[in-house]
Amino acid sequence: MAHDTTLADAHGHDEHHESPVVFGFWVYLMTDCIIFGTLFGVFAVLHNQFAGGPSGKDLFEMSTLGLETALLLISSITYGFGMIAAHKGKVNPVILWLGVTFLLGLGFVGLEVSEFRGLIAEGNGPDRSAFLSAFFTLVSTHGLHVTCGLIWIVTLMVQLAGTTTIPERMMNKLTCLSLFWHFLDIVWICVFTYVYLASMI
Amino acid sequence: MLGRFSLADLPLDVPILVGTFVGVVIVGIAVLGLITYYGKWGYLWKEWLISVDHKRLAVMYIVLALVALFRGFADAIMMRTQLALAYAGNPGYLPPHHYDQVFSAHGTIMIFFLAMAFMTGLFNLVVPLQIGARDVAFPFLNNLSFWMTAVGFILVNVSLFIGEFSQCGWLAYPPLSETQFSPGVGVDYYIIALQIAGVGTLLTGVNFFVTIIKMRAPGMTMMKMPVFTWTAFCASILIMLAFPVLTVALALLGLDRYLGMHFFTNDGGGNQMLYLSLIWTWGHPEVYILILPAFGVFSEVVPTFSRKPLFGYSTMVYATCAILVLSLVVWLHHFFTMGAGANVNAFFGIATMIISIPTGVKLFNWLFTMYKGRVEFHATMYWAVGFMITFTIGGMTGVMMAIPAADFVLHNSLFLIAHFHNVIIGGVYFGYVCGMNFWFPKAFGFKLNEAWGKRAFWLWCVGFYFAFMPLYVLGFQGMTRRLNHYDNPDWHPWLLVAEVGAVMILLGIVCQLMQLYVSVRDRNLPENIDVTGDPWNARSLEWSTSSPPPVYNFAIVPHVHELDAYFHDKENGIDTRRAGSSYAPIHMPKNTSAGLWCGLFSLILGFALVWYIWWAVVIGLVGLVATVILRSADKDIDYYIPAEEVARIENEHSRKLMAQAAE
Amino acid sequence: MNRKVVQYGQMAGLASLLLLGGCSGLDVLDPKGPVGDQQKFLILESTIAMLIVVIPTILLTCWFAWKYRSGNTSAEYLKNWSHSNKLEVIVWGVPTIIIVFLAVITYQTCYSLDPYKPLEAKADVKPLHVEVVALDWKWLFIYPEQGIATVNQLAMPVNTPVDFLLTSDSVMNAFFVPRLGSMIYAMAGMQTQLHLMASEPGDFAGESANYSGRGFSDMKFRALAMPQDQFDAWVAKVRESSDTLDDASYARLAAPSEANPVAYYSTVVPNLFDQIVAKYNNGMVMDKSTGQMIHVQSAMADESMKE
Repeated sequence: MAHDTTLADAHGHDEHHESPVVFGFWVYLMTDCIIFGTLFGVFAVLHNQFAGGPSGKDLFEMSTLGLETALLLISSITYGFGMIAAHKGKVNPVILWLGVTFLLGLGFVGLEVSEFRGLIAEGNGPDRSAFLSAFFTLVSTHGLHVTCGLIWIVTLMVQLAGTTTIPERMMNKLTCLSLFWHFLDIVWICVFTYVYLASMI
Repeated sequence: MLGRFSLADLPLDVPILVGTFVGVVIVGIAVLGLITYYGKWGYLWKEWLISVDHKRLAVMYIVLALVALFRGFADAIMMRTQLALAYAGNPGYLPPHHYDQVFSAHGTIMIFFLAMAFMTGLFNLVVPLQIGARDVAFPFLNNLSFWMTAVGFILVNVSLFIGEFSQCGWLAYPPLSETQFSPGVGVDYYIIALQIAGVGTLLTGVNFFVTIIKMRAPGMTMMKMPVFTWTAFCASILIMLAFPVLTVALALLGLDRYLGMHFFTNDGGGNQMLYLSLIWTWGHPEVYILILPAFGVFSEVVPTFSRKPLFGYSTMVYATCAILVLSLVVWLHHFFTMGAGANVNAFFGIATMIISIPTGVKLFNWLFTMYKGRVEFHATMYWAVGFMITFTIGGMTGVMMAIPAADFVLHNSLFLIAHFHNVIIGGVYFGYVCGMNFWFPKAFGFKLNEAWGKRAFWLWCVGFYFAFMPLYVLGFQGMTRRLNHYDNPDWHPWLLVAEVGAVMILLGIVCQLMQLYVSVRDRNLPENIDVTGDPWNARSLEWSTSSPPPVYNFAIVPHVHELDAYFHDKENGIDTRRAGSSYAPIHMPKNTSAGLWCGLFSLILGFALVWYIWWAVVIGLVGLVATVILRSADKDIDYYIPAEEVARIENEHSRKLMAQAAE
Repeated sequence: MNRKVVQYGQMAGLASLLLLGGCSGLDVLDPKGPVGDQQKFLILESTIAMLIVVIPTILLTCWFAWKYRSGNTSAEYLKNWSHSNKLEVIVWGVPTIIIVFLAVITYQTCYSLDPYKPLEAKADVKPLHVEVVALDWKWLFIYPEQGIATVNQLAMPVNTPVDFLLTSDSVMNAFFVPRLGSMIYAMAGMQTQLHLMASEPGDFAGESANYSGRGFSDMKFRALAMPQDQFDAWVAKVRESSDTLDDASYARLAAPSEANPVAYYSTVVPNLFDQIVAKYNNGMVMDKSTGQMIHVQSAMADESMKE
């Protein structure tokens, strides 16, 4: 989501008002959380509606999943390194860590896309059954968020390139993206446990 | 090239639509011509369209709401006329294909684009001023929200002339709204217009929540906030809780339609009741999102014109919060008739009727605010008293429908229609118009005409009773909603009475327009102009600054000591403005066209999605993302108003105040 | 001035009430069966309970607004009065008491008027079973015990409980006979139940109470309540019909059509109702007696599985 950039801290105002950008973004993330919560609810309602089609047990592969999860978790750590560098005001390490995070995120999205392509090719696309509709929608909503995060990372890398300091506005953006990225991690853990693990057991 | 669009999609065979189109074109050309003639394009662009000033956005929202009122009301009177005619073999003048679009559009427009836009307009006008802030937390987002809402409304209206609108009612229940039963573009228009407008509303919710949490003037603790701000706060929370669910519900319906998924289809394991559950998880809080701010308006107006503080301020706040919580656990009462068990129905029925306790408390509080006061019958107060009587009746019929066993015979009947118009017109609409009359001088510096205001009230109020009391009777006669024609002789006289009521409401709207016209014409008459910024001797901070307020609202941020901060200051001889002190430069956000561009690209995106014009979808999407990225790279987003400029504006206002006092 | 508000409001309200009493065709308030009778009583009871608060509130609004109008300087003016514990107790207490009362009757009637609850009748009367299918845009009534089916006409003997089982082979509709009481949704792939009874003979209007598309306004039927002997004659008349309902004629019937006339079918394929439900459930249907899912063999279900 590129909403960070719209959360311009362009009103400053009086001394006693610190920038509401990070708080505002956090509040926004909570509404996003409701979107995911609702999608989890939908999945819960429809998870047995196979319509004669395959169930999760038939479809999911543990090995890809493990790799996806690892990539995303590590990317959270590398983003954390980036934030440490940012707090020290070092621009180049920030760009570097953002780059690493980007690659890990890209790997995650790539794996997910190939998993989906495989499913669709076998005739188990989202139009097969209500279960698969709910599955594809929930997981790809997360994937779409990650993709937005990737665009956001690149945007910030470009904006950082060539600068030497990290002004407050940029710091706010990095913090918002950090919240976003870790949030997606948490959502993924829920997806992983509730959608994949629970379906396989 | 143009997706699934073909010339056959233009409704050239429907004379009503062709006539409307010609009318819209003529009015459009006239408006654009006038703007060009007076050379106002630059002014319009710089001061309004790209403005991030909450006061300007407020006006634009309310203008949007009034346009939506005309459109929505035109639909309403068409339906009433159809039902007055279409009796005993007469098919009326609207065939089902057209009639079904009319009632679907009526509900959609009235809720999303009249009520929500009006409400957001009032939030924008009042909340920052009431809490002593210089703008909202995210001024650019505020502008973006407006354009998203406007684009949603534009798309709904485009559907009039290009293609068709949804014929599935204002909530588009599946499976009727699925491709199998509604293959046309109507439902797609509906889904996409609401998704785009929904983004705007959600951002508004976040914006006002953060504004109220973070930007209150020093000393204004939560329990010293004016009640309108409290209701805006609770409504914002409800927006943040409810609108994401609407987003999901509509998105899933869209996925069913666009990608052949099976969320709500009859086959493939879909579950239509899941949609009902989701849409009402949003829909029920939604009605409280609308009514709470109306309660807030009355809580400002009644004390001001009763010349007394609000009775039971803290009760009012607790009641508001109680309604917030309860409104989240009652959604199932919209479909008691699905055959859920007695336990489930009893829970939701009782939870629903519990809401009437805090609501009743609020009514009593306004009542005791008038008690032993000095009630001035200003036009604003007419709407408030009219509300208190009308809303009480609406509340009562609401509780009747909350009893599941009674709902089994009242559900989906005209009794239901009468009930919710009773609370939406008698509550929400009366409240917002009351607020418009109350705060109009704050926005423009002159008052609205009294005589026309009262005429509008009488016509609306009496018209309401004529239009909707018969619907209660029709409900008892077993008439269901959304009928296009009928042959029951018992129904006909009541529908004729309702038609008379609709005509009275039409005259009420004409009076409101006359009120605006006369007020603008006579704006410079001494009795109309608001020099002091406090035309009603009111109580909260928005009245402490000039009318209209300077762009920065407050040269010096006020310090709040008590509830009714401004009134307290007036009583104790404190100058809230602290005129004449030394001023510092004021940091303000710069206007930006980014919101407008986002809106434009959303319009392209939305229209292209409706018609499957995939290349234009790409243009819209890329344009949208690019605009946001460019905006984020924009470093020129703020500026300082120099201290001298502030001093000049403030001294000018002080001079006017003194001149007024000298007279 | 505000008195006018009141007068007009009250006049309109009172006028409606008076006319309500005098006007005809109030189906919901003039029921012809035990379910409707109880619902009528419930509506009146709850209205009266609420009027205990509503009328005083409206009267007080008018009275306060008039008495404390700014022109009336003889009225007491308490400039700063804004709190009273005594009044707070009243404003919270009175509505709470009324709602507690209403909550109790709500709870009771949720059970006593549960549409799934079978009705009691005289010991020797066996309930009539009717299966209802909502189609675009007509109602199909199947009488499994009689082996007949009708379109847009429902007949029942008086004082005999009727057990309805409902589904839809299209969009959602609501089955509603205002003179008899409760309505219930009919939804594809799902079965809902409803229990009604007519206590006197009559020809009652029946309708769909949930908008279902283009032909919705004409999706009406007549519910005929008649003595047992006449009902038996009616069944015999239906059996004389030359039309029968098999898979092919059902498919023709199920295709969208508007303002259908009454139609009689002398025979009907067994399990038609289950087949229609199963069509949307991979050929499975819930067995009413055991609650177990069972497989229904049918042409329709097999076809939908292939899709």
